[in-house]
Amino acid sequence: MEARLTLEDGRTFACRSFTGPGEASGEVVFNTSMTGYQEVLTDPSYSGQMVTMTYPLIGNYGVNDEDVESARIQVAAFLVREYQPFPSNFRSTQSLADYLAGQGVLGVEGLDTRALTRHIRNGGAMRAIISTSDLDSGSLTRRANAIPSMVGMDLVREVTTTRAYRWNGGKPEMLADDLKLNAGIWQHRGARPLVVAIDFGLKYNIARCLERVGFEVVVVPAATDASAIMAMAPDGLFLSNGPGDPEPVVYGVQTVKELLGRLPIFGICLGNQILGLALGGRTYKLKFGHRGINQPVKNLVTGKVEITSQNHGFAVDMDSLGADAVDVTHINLNDNTVEGIRHRRLPAFSVQYHPEASPGPHDAAYLFDQFKDMMRTA
Amino acid sequence: MPKRTDIHKILIIGAGPIIIGQACEFDYSGTQACKALKEEGYEVVLVNSNPATIMTDPETADRTYIEPVTPEVVAKIIEKERPDALLPTLGGQTGLNTAVEVARQGVLEQFGVELIGACLDAIEKAESRDCFREAMNRIGLRIPHSGIANTMEEARVIADDIGFPLIIRPSYTLGGTGGGVVYNPEDLENIAKSGMDASLTHQVMLEESVLGWKEYELEVMRDHADNVVIICSIENFDPMGVHTGDSITVAPVQTLTDREYQAMRDASLAIMREIGVDTGGSNVQFAVNPQNGDMIVVEMNPRVSRSSALASKATGFPIAKIAAKLAVGYTLDEIPNDITGETLASFEPTLDYCVVKIPRWTFEKFPETQDLLTTAMKSVGETMAIGRTFKEAFQKGLRSLEIGRFGFGADGKDRPEADGALPSLDEIEQKLVIPNSQRLFYLHLALQAGMSIETIYQMTAIDPWFLFQLEQIFLMEKDLIQAAETAGRSGTPAEDGLFPLTADILARAKAFGFSDVQIAHLIGSTEKVVEQTRKALGIRPVYKLVDTCAAEFRAATPYYYSTYETECEARVSDRKKVMILGGGPNRIGQGIEFDYCCVHASFALREMGVESIMVNSNPETVSTDYDTSDKLYFEPLTREDVLHIVEKEKPAGVIVQFGGQTPLNLSTPLHAEGVPILGTQPESIDRAEDRELFQAMLKKLSLMQPANGTALSIAEALTIADTIGYPVIVRPSFVLGGRAMKIVYDPKDMETFTRLAILASPGHPVLIDKFLEAAMEVDVDAICDGSTTIIGGIMEHIEAAGVHSGDSACVLPPHSIGSEMIAQITVATKAMAAELKVVGLMNVQYAIKDNQLYVIEVNPRASRTIPFVSKATGIPLAKLATKVMLGKTLAELGLTEEVVPRHQSVKEAVLPFDRFPDVDTLLGPEMKSTGEVMGIGTDFGLAYAKAQLGAGQRLPLSGTVFISVGDEDKPAILDVAMQFSDMRFDILATDGTWSHLSANGIPAERINKVSQGQPHAADAIKNGRIQLIINTGTGNEPRRDGYTIRRAALKFKVPYATTAAGALAVCRAVSALREKPFEVKAIQDYHG
Repeated sequence: MEARLTLEDGRTFACRSFTGPGEASGEVVFNTSMTGYQEVLTDPSYSGQMVTMTYPLIGNYGVNDEDVESARIQVAAFLVREYQPFPSNFRSTQSLADYLAGQGVLGVEGLDTRALTRHIRNGGAMRAIISTSDLDSGSLTRRANAIPSMVGMDLVREVTTTRAYRWNGGKPEMLADDLKLNAGIWQHRGARPLVVAIDFGLKYNIARCLERVGFEVVVVPAATDASAIMAMAPDGLFLSNGPGDPEPVVYGVQTVKELLGRLPIFGICLGNQILGLALGGRTYKLKFGHRGINQPVKNLVTGKVEITSQNHGFAVDMDSLGADAVDVTHINLNDNTVEGIRHRRLPAFSVQYHPEASPGPHDAAYLFDQFKDMMRTA
Repeated sequence: MPKRTDIHKILIIGAGPIIIGQACEFDYSGTQACKALKEEGYEVVLVNSNPATIMTDPETADRTYIEPVTPEVVAKIIEKERPDALLPTLGGQTGLNTAVEVARQGVLEQFGVELIGACLDAIEKAESRDCFREAMNRIGLRIPHSGIANTMEEARVIADDIGFPLIIRPSYTLGGTGGGVVYNPEDLENIAKSGMDASLTHQVMLEESVLGWKEYELEVMRDHADNVVIICSIENFDPMGVHTGDSITVAPVQTLTDREYQAMRDASLAIMREIGVDTGGSNVQFAVNPQNGDMIVVEMNPRVSRSSALASKATGFPIAKIAAKLAVGYTLDEIPNDITGETLASFEPTLDYCVVKIPRWTFEKFPETQDLLTTAMKSVGETMAIGRTFKEAFQKGLRSLEIGRFGFGADGKDRPEADGALPSLDEIEQKLVIPNSQRLFYLHLALQAGMSIETIYQMTAIDPWFLFQLEQIFLMEKDLIQAAETAGRSGTPAEDGLFPLTADILARAKAFGFSDVQIAHLIGSTEKVVEQTRKALGIRPVYKLVDTCAAEFRAATPYYYSTYETECEARVSDRKKVMILGGGPNRIGQGIEFDYCCVHASFALREMGVESIMVNSNPETVSTDYDTSDKLYFEPLTREDVLHIVEKEKPAGVIVQFGGQTPLNLSTPLHAEGVPILGTQPESIDRAEDRELFQAMLKKLSLMQPANGTALSIAEALTIADTIGYPVIVRPSFVLGGRAMKIVYDPKDMETFTRLAILASPGHPVLIDKFLEAAMEVDVDAICDGSTTIIGGIMEHIEAAGVHSGDSACVLPPHSIGSEMIAQITVATKAMAAELKVVGLMNVQYAIKDNQLYVIEVNPRASRTIPFVSKATGIPLAKLATKVMLGKTLAELGLTEEVVPRHQSVKEAVLPFDRFPDVDTLLGPEMKSTGEVMGIGTDFGLAYAKAQLGAGQRLPLSGTVFISVGDEDKPAILDVAMQFSDMRFDILATDGTWSHLSANGIPAERINKVSQGQPHAADAIKNGRIQLIINTGTGNEPRRDGYTIRRAALKFKVPYATTAAGALAVCRAVSALREKPFEVKAIQDYHG
């Protein structure tokens, strides 16, 4: 079915919907991973964004029940060069088109995704609209410009869990409404370190990794405050990834400020930005962000290079961090942006990239062990 | 960490001659490494026996030894040059094996040479099946159940344990020589034995069969700080059971989820660390069970490989160059990514296109061998194509193969012998089930016959994802036919009033990779009409960049491919530019020599300040390195694809005379479109290629040629042969490498071969020449600026006329042609160059019989011998020819007289007979060699000895010579036998030869022919009693005897000569070797 993608600057791409009629809007960003589209689709950090994959052939291995990073598809729309309707993989349970259509997410193909990517690279991430009903570029441009900007928007509220849940045996296990979040909530106190994970848009694989290295994990809504967390008497606090701009997530920043020094803290992605803000730093929007699984990050402590999975449009401003309190531990070798920070005295560290991978390389999996070690020494 | 300063001089071992499994990818990697190390200020010493390489150009390394790549010779070079380090990982398996042997012999220790890149221990761990299995066990990776056998008894026990079918893999071989699939105990006896013979260590692995599993490869790089990155992932279209060199391969992987891919990545990293490859690139192969995802490790190569060359071209990431820098101490994050200019080498390239590599086979040259693809590699070349979809890349790849096909079928070229009629379902099934070189076209026939994806999958185990892509191409074909029929019926043709296709369907077909030729065939139109209509509709390709990063960063290096999309990224400059057409995939008859010339053209253009634009489709080559030319278009070499680039770039001219027959064949169609052809004009090319025009020219110049005629039918051919008298040489016109060429002795054979020749070059006449028996052949390369002609080199063939010039050894300067004849040759060559108005290079083949000079053929283009002549004389002919084509005179370029070197240079051909069971090793008019080596020495014997050693023939200094020759060779062989006798060799001879020798007083012992019963000559070979074999045959006698002996010689690696002239040369070589051990000398010292 014929469709149009129009960016806020008026650039229009003809394309076809492979999921039936529909309309979608949001910020359009590109991801350079050649594998892992299902993980991308279900990553809550993409909330509010329409994602185009730079690899042209998408859908090759279908979708399955295992490679999910949240309970649903999170992207606003999915844009590919050539949709592959004939999946081939022993784990495949469904075609990508059925998966998207089943959750009402628009998928389009047949556009020059490289041209789109170059346009974003040169012009920065842009608001855009896709429609199968409105094919008039003038109208679409006007409507694209009416879409609110991501800067200053709190998207975390859209994706965070409404109720706390326990991560158990690789799956979320919702806690009963009447269950009180207190020190008695844990099942393995004494046997495993206990970690509260604040869900700003948590990817399941982070929880899987935390569980795998031996934590007991309880995930709480983003707005859970410091006293509620302390009431659970955990051994550590985890700050999850999440979508969009960190600055409007003032409640999260406040919670972290209050818990700094009281609990060992580990943050990933948005969690890194929130820790940065809590430490008095500033964040800013990158031109077009880092989205892919080939980003080289140098660990400044060991000197080694990790190939990392990334998905972020905002970053922590290196100069805004007080050098007396905070060390930059990791940098991105492509553009020298901050990829990891650590408090010099307090037990708190975070990384901008995704050590849990999924999709992506497992080079940075050591960070989960590092968090566990921190718990022992703290 | 910065580069090491404790080493200054580094030795690199090249891969030697082009053989199956080891082609010009190692010139590409070696050249990159030399350049990278020199750039860092190291002194580079290089050894490689292959003169047709860019790496052996005197400018590439500091000290270049064109000497045999053997441990003894490398030891001599080490002793002389005293390098600080040896980098063994860039010269293929040959380079690696040689380095290992040199290390084992204690030479490195003796002279304090450090092995860099990979240590001996790591190489052994990766290469020895036993050690590798243990290593994989240690890191918990699964490899197929297997056992190592050193004897046949062990092999039988292990086979019993594993069960059939199983796979035999010899240790330390290249391209899986000697390996194979074993289905039963009988196969086991044959294949295990040949595997042990092929192995350097007489060892094979018997392995659980994973036939039908999906096959993958990862190209991995590691630096000494233990940073590891994956450069490229590759998925094989053909599942396990077909050697990866014979598989169609695709980058990146297509049917793995991220979870499965990351498991493979983790495994590769663990393997790199466990094997202990210090720095550099490696290749790891995996098999995956399509039913449940089980993954096993197939093998690992701790060096750059054919796949790493492919990966470099597929991603833009120069693996060999980076490997060289890592070897001298850099880490990945210290090396810039040249393509983007702004990022570093420590990342993993990401592709936003699909790459398809398709092998090119050459079974037609070896009709005695079966066209089967197994675990032993058979292909001689490959082509790579890039598209935004698999379908586009696959079809581009098929037309890049230059086998007369224009895509995935739909071109009217299916089964011309049956007028395109579909074969039976049985035949299709058979061709699908047992992998063979024609299978990809039978896949099309299967779809035509209505077979489903599921059915084809059951027969081939080719992943259904790929089969679906093929089906989509096929359905588009049907749509096009349908559209044409509908338009025809309704009488309301679309758009332009005549053309039956709409812009929409035409655009879709082009995006599916269809060529205009295919579309024309499907709708019953012509290429020209399709082209004109399409362009009028604005449907043209755009060019996109290969940039390593999927457009995330701006790319600095212009490396392009075409696709049918909206945005074109080609940056057309306003500089003067010249386009060079490359040679496409390697094949027998058109290989690295032509790429060498194209690269030189590019270098010459750079020197002249002219922008160079390279067009080629061969991923193995130096010409397709991103920094060889100012711009690289990785595209098929067809009229349509080349014209598109010309229209975009508007070059001042196109060079067609360097890439072999491929671009030469394009000169007329391009010229017809007004494309300026540089140098010799298409009319002259036609004049040299067209029999009648050529004959008229020779007549005009009073030059002789053997009596001849041309025929378009079998009847005509028979009449001509009768007139000029047998024997005659029969061949098709417009083909290179003597394809389908044959010496014919009687009318019955005449009929058979004329039919084949008509098939090989349809529509073109069959050429019939009088065969000049026992004539001497001479090759001449000349350069002409339009008025002055200078002879580049005159080469005297060792083998007599009748052996293709590409298979014949030759010597420069000639050693047995008188000065008067040399003068005659020079005059004739210059006269023809002037007559043909040659501007650039020209090659002439002459025959001399009874002191009469005959012209055999003239090629107004670069020949296969240009690099050899350039290395022998120190004159860079291809570079000079390029400058001449751009208007310089030879005088301006300083070439005013012929250069005749004082030293002797011998070129010897290297033949692939060990790859093709059942093929006779006799040489003939059809070219069969894959490569060549060069030997340089102060006298002929020494130069010839070096060439033989370089080609893998270890000539004995003493022992027994076996002689068995036909009557016509008996007089000539006397002298040879006499000399061997004088050198105290024992002589064994069969009946006739024995009588002749005895009658002439030469002591010899008689031995049975094979047909006379045991013990016979073949037994003596097997028992190691014979050190040298001289066995000639005309190829026309009942040849079972000679054939058995020659195959035995091949199998037991006993050096052999199959012509009397070759035997004499061998004799002189043995004599020279006995006089004194030979010395090594750098090429820089010859032409200093």
